[in-house]
Amino acid sequence: MKKILLAIGLVISTTFLFAQQTSFPVNGSFDTRPGMFAFTNATIVVNANQTLTNATLLVKGQTIQGVGAGLAVPKGYVVIDLKGKFVYPSLIDAFTSYGLSETPAQQRGFGGQRQSIFVSTKKGAYGWNESIRPETYVKSIFSTDSKKADELRKVGFGSVNVINRDGIARGVSAAVTLNEGADNSVFLKDQTAANYSFNKGTSSNDYPTSLMGSIALLRQTYYDAQWYGKQKDEYNISLDEFGKQQTIPQIFEVDGWQNILRADKIGKEFGKKYIIKSTGDEYQRINEVKATGASLIIPLTFPKAYDVEDPAEARNVTLSQMKGWELAPTNPASLEKAGIKFALTAFGLENSRDFWANIRTAIENGLTEKQALQSVTEIPASLLGISDKVGSLEKGKVANFLISSDNLFKNGNIIFENWVQGKRFIVNKMDVSDVRGTYNLNVDGIGALTLKITGTGGGSTAAIERTGVDSVKTTATFTRNGDWISINFNLKKNPKGDVRLSGYITSANPVTIKGESALADGTTGKFTATYKEAAKETPKKEEPKTTLALGPVIYPFSAFGSTELPKQETVLIKNGTVWTNEKDGILQNADVLLENGKIKAVGKNLSASGAKVIDATGKHVTAGIIDEHSHIAGAGGINEGAQSVSAEVRVADILNSEDVNIYRQLAGGVTTSQILHGSANPIGGQSQLIKLRWGKSPEELKFAGADGFIKFALGENVKQSNFGTGARFPVTRMGVEQTFVDEFTRAKEYEKALSVKGNSVRKDLELDAIVEILNNKRFITCHSYVQSEINMLIHVADSLGFKINTFTHILEGYKVADKMKAHGIAGSTFSDWWAYKNEVAEAIPYNGKIMHNVGVTTAFNSDDAEMARHLNQEAGKSVLYGNVPEEDAFKFVTLNPAKMLHIDDKVGSLKAGKDADVVIWTANPLSIYARAEKTFVDGIAYWDIEKDAQVIKTQQAEKARLIQKMLESKSKGGRTQRPLGDAPRLYNCETLENYSAELTEKEHAH
Amino acid sequence: MHTKTYLFSLALSATSLMCFAQANISPAKKQSKTIAITGATIHVGNGTVIENGTILFGNGKIISVTANGQVPQDDVMRIVATGKHIYPGFIAATTNLGLTEIEAVKATLDFQEIGDFNSHIRSIVAYNTDSKVPATLRSNGVLMAQPTPQGGTVSGSSSVVQLDAWNWEDAALKTDDAMHMTWPVTPRFRGGFGGFGRPQQSPESLAERTQAAIAQLTSFFAEAKAYSEMGKPEVINTRFEAMKKVFAGNEKLFIAAESQKDIVAAVNFAKKFGITPVITGADEAYLIIDFLKENNITLVVKQPHALPNNNDDDVNMPYKNAAILANAGLNVVLSIDGYWQQRNLPFMAGTVTAWGLDKEKALSTITLNAAKAMGVDKTTGSIETGKDATFFISAGDALDMRTNKVEQAFIQGRDINLDNLHKQLDKKFSDKYTAEKK
Repeated sequence: MKKILLAIGLVISTTFLFAQQTSFPVNGSFDTRPGMFAFTNATIVVNANQTLTNATLLVKGQTIQGVGAGLAVPKGYVVIDLKGKFVYPSLIDAFTSYGLSETPAQQRGFGGQRQSIFVSTKKGAYGWNESIRPETYVKSIFSTDSKKADELRKVGFGSVNVINRDGIARGVSAAVTLNEGADNSVFLKDQTAANYSFNKGTSSNDYPTSLMGSIALLRQTYYDAQWYGKQKDEYNISLDEFGKQQTIPQIFEVDGWQNILRADKIGKEFGKKYIIKSTGDEYQRINEVKATGASLIIPLTFPKAYDVEDPAEARNVTLSQMKGWELAPTNPASLEKAGIKFALTAFGLENSRDFWANIRTAIENGLTEKQALQSVTEIPASLLGISDKVGSLEKGKVANFLISSDNLFKNGNIIFENWVQGKRFIVNKMDVSDVRGTYNLNVDGIGALTLKITGTGGGSTAAIERTGVDSVKTTATFTRNGDWISINFNLKKNPKGDVRLSGYITSANPVTIKGESALADGTTGKFTATYKEAAKETPKKEEPKTTLALGPVIYPFSAFGSTELPKQETVLIKNGTVWTNEKDGILQNADVLLENGKIKAVGKNLSASGAKVIDATGKHVTAGIIDEHSHIAGAGGINEGAQSVSAEVRVADILNSEDVNIYRQLAGGVTTSQILHGSANPIGGQSQLIKLRWGKSPEELKFAGADGFIKFALGENVKQSNFGTGARFPVTRMGVEQTFVDEFTRAKEYEKALSVKGNSVRKDLELDAIVEILNNKRFITCHSYVQSEINMLIHVADSLGFKINTFTHILEGYKVADKMKAHGIAGSTFSDWWAYKNEVAEAIPYNGKIMHNVGVTTAFNSDDAEMARHLNQEAGKSVLYGNVPEEDAFKFVTLNPAKMLHIDDKVGSLKAGKDADVVIWTANPLSIYARAEKTFVDGIAYWDIEKDAQVIKTQQAEKARLIQKMLESKSKGGRTQRPLGDAPRLYNCETLENYSAELTEKEHAH
Repeated sequence: MHTKTYLFSLALSATSLMCFAQANISPAKKQSKTIAITGATIHVGNGTVIENGTILFGNGKIISVTANGQVPQDDVMRIVATGKHIYPGFIAATTNLGLTEIEAVKATLDFQEIGDFNSHIRSIVAYNTDSKVPATLRSNGVLMAQPTPQGGTVSGSSSVVQLDAWNWEDAALKTDDAMHMTWPVTPRFRGGFGGFGRPQQSPESLAERTQAAIAQLTSFFAEAKAYSEMGKPEVINTRFEAMKKVFAGNEKLFIAAESQKDIVAAVNFAKKFGITPVITGADEAYLIIDFLKENNITLVVKQPHALPNNNDDDVNMPYKNAAILANAGLNVVLSIDGYWQQRNLPFMAGTVTAWGLDKEKALSTITLNAAKAMGVDKTTGSIETGKDATFFISAGDALDMRTNKVEQAFIQGRDINLDNLHKQLDKKFSDKYTAEKK
């Protein structure tokens, strides 16, 4: 009993005993050995900054006793002469799942359908959501894995950090060595870091379904953990553990640089500095990544070239995939150059053997060897807080080291041995005699031949040559086991069939091999091979070291990206038909002057020195289009619909600056878009207003100083008429009403409770958003269709004291336009959509006109990445359906949505002082014949139809270059993958995704 | 696969369809009197325009189309359309119009049968003349359509209908005008089908699946062809029976194919059976224009109001596509996905005009070219002597929403009612507000 207790004590304790004491019993006699070794005459790389030549390393037991040149070897040490060889600290991988059983695949219904599991099904006093599992300690579930350890040791790793990669809060990882033995004997540190991700993993709960939900859940968990420490009402292991783990390092696994920024933002909010494990695309936005200040753990997974031999198939490969193939190997160098601290991991490699090839590729692409070594030794050690034990070869540290034939990073280097905790693991036999050379070979029954042994490790391949009669050259199979050598070859004739030789080295200098021979016809005899001369290796053509010609990084890293963003200029647009959207109406032959991102002047005969003049004769000049209802430029799902209220989620968290739809919509004259949460639940998430600044970072897309909005929704979607299990409340319009009543009632109580001094009210991000609405600090955009529900929400709002800002979709707005008008509610609708579901059976294209005529601020929106490209023509439909005056009609997509979004002081019309968001059209913008020639945002021409033609050409040339390069790579034997494009990702209100499942799937699809 | 589901795509509950207004919009009576429309700009549909032209029509047929303001004999009803435009009725190709009422309500979905080889399936019998949708199309100039079955490899036969009828018999201009099929394809994108929740399929196994589907299709056609040559088969096979017309050249074959490889494969496949197919979809047709011309292929392309197929494509490619093909000399028909959306058909032709195609040629893509593809060009598709008097008068350019203003429309000479549900609801509620104001 005592022994068991002690054993547990050992595991839990943070100091580990590397002496040879043990609490474990032995079956039989103890075999305790001195374990003292002296490695002499070696080139010892103590760390990346210090290399000792002709030096000695002393090891006793698990510990390094000394390192130095001219170190005396005390008695009792086994001396291993490493003349000509190298000693390095064994490598450390900061990101593995070594020694953990594979997490079971996510149990989900068919087709990703939700299962309506609202709270945790896990046994125990844990938190409500299974994806928050900080209670998971690797130290309690780890078990050594000889096979995997062997694989990693062969690569050169001596210790690893073990992470249970399951959930959003994943619990505590541990560092272990790759030694064999009892589980407790390999621990370096039992609590290296608390771990996080955006992937809910095996959690059976529906929530969160989206990336923004994952972010919101994590954010709420931070608050909950803070609250937990101060309260007495609830017992909750998960929150308790979460709180306790805040003082150790924090590792966050993400995919892609945008998620680095997202994780970092959460970190900043809660004063955390995460170590971020990402996926190796950081070079695409190195400055933004650098600005986070985060340390990174980066994989060496470089995409395989695409097989582009068939031009028809090659068309499927995108520019960003091609450039990604070319530039991914530059990522480590790029990080080094930027001065970002990073560790390298073998995680994600298809085959761990690729590790060295890929690290060399990274070095060819500019990574220094010094940095490479640090990134696999000292840096991971310091990130994990195990620098006192591993990462360099110093007295007192754990004896984890490699013996290699050469500089570790040199092509052809052989790792002979990997010592872990003072235990020797042989990777390649060290002291094989060199048998490479050309031999006179005499085989009974055949006669004189020439044998050539070449290759690595003192000889690994062989070739046979016969000159004169029946001259032949052939390769032979060559196997060697110590001094025993066998060679098989086939001379085609004289004799026919395989000749098998089997013998041993009889003399080392000169090398002589003797043994038995067997011919195909069964005759046996003898053979002798006598060393003649050194083998002339077929002179391998040293590839002339071409300086790697690489394409530039473009922003965004996708088609239509550019190396340099268009610049803000002073622009004078002359002599156009100018739709001011102001009192002046439509001005003929008028000018618009843009300066410093603002409209400087609108009028006739303007002039400005130094301005770039654009002749707009015969053209129309308008304010940029504003899309009140858009779902572009988002990542990881636009609906968080697992619960009926998700006011805590924020589109601001998941902006995606790389979405090509930004560019496509600029081409349709759109300059500002409200990115809304979807309509899967009555209270959705918080919206984000953006400007279409193509090429800028996600943060830079945000419309500065705009009011916050939130998405509400009514009708078929929120009651899940056409999807889901029907188990989530509400399923009727009656229930929808009560969802709002309940939420607002609770929010009021919450606000009241918060106002009490010294309260211990749990901060609730969901209710915070509702309180903001009640205080007119956040505004509602409500998806709605039929008049009954519209009327209902107006009543709920009146009775609970909040305002509805905008009804969006609002296809039956025409039936309640008077009520909307009376309440000052705006209507943002579709021009002509109907019949796609039951609640739009009476949607009519005259809706906009009627609302407008009644006096409702009316807009047309897209909710669709395609329609947003021609919202001007959608506005034109209000002329067709209802004869709305053209000036008013165009305001449906400019000034009116600006009013709804409270930004009409900045955008929506052409007026001095407003933002220079301007479009030049070839014709009346309401006409089907109008094309946008230039679209300015902040005075920057992000869309220019002429420049676009050039961009397309440049892009084609760049693709052609990359295709050539991939073909070359293939012909040189490089591995390839089938050209499959990235499927376009388009969101509308009704798109349901399962973000975590997709992440997991992507990983398995490699 | 994008693990995404459209909320309305899985209509599991069968909601009973409510009936709304519109019961008072009756199909128009037969033309009783010969009519002459004078003074208008006549957009013939074949690429030509007649300024100040006169159309004379009687018994539902066009008697003459003349230029220079000729005024016909006395005993006709006259419509003066000076300054106005006359267009042939637009034809909505490959649509599920009349085969569905509400996309999200399963009970109203009658366009997609189960099974792979549904050559015996016929859309005409499900075409609902009482649907509220056609009237909303007519008022924008869409007067004919080709309700088309979908799904499976061979989906069945479409028919051509006019949009003002008491029942499907009245509506039919040509029954079973074309057999529709979809060329089996391997997904181009990562994920693909297999998708979420199911094990990922390797590209190889997906390609194999495609090959198997093509093999099945080939044997279906081969056996159907052999069957069609039998005098009296021992066992009647309704699927093969339905293919007889296709082999005999009395029914067209429309094949949906998108990528250049698939289009070439589809055309060559049809040619083996002596058929010149019409290719629908045809996203990558612009890459193989010569091949298509050599084989005299008509294309039914998708709406220009679409997103580019590939991330890297010219952002305006969908707008330019039809013009590129038509300017190269191919017979191009414009279509739109869906049914209620068909009222935007004229504006699709307008878009094509904006992006490079001559306006009258763009008009042909929704009139005469469509009629040719469906084999009804002898009787309709353009304003020419002897054809059906199916056309409309617009106050302005009908291809532009700014100016499309359909004032009067004739289907086979019948002066049709241009009212529709939407106009009625507009009136109902506009009247409410006007009344309240007073």
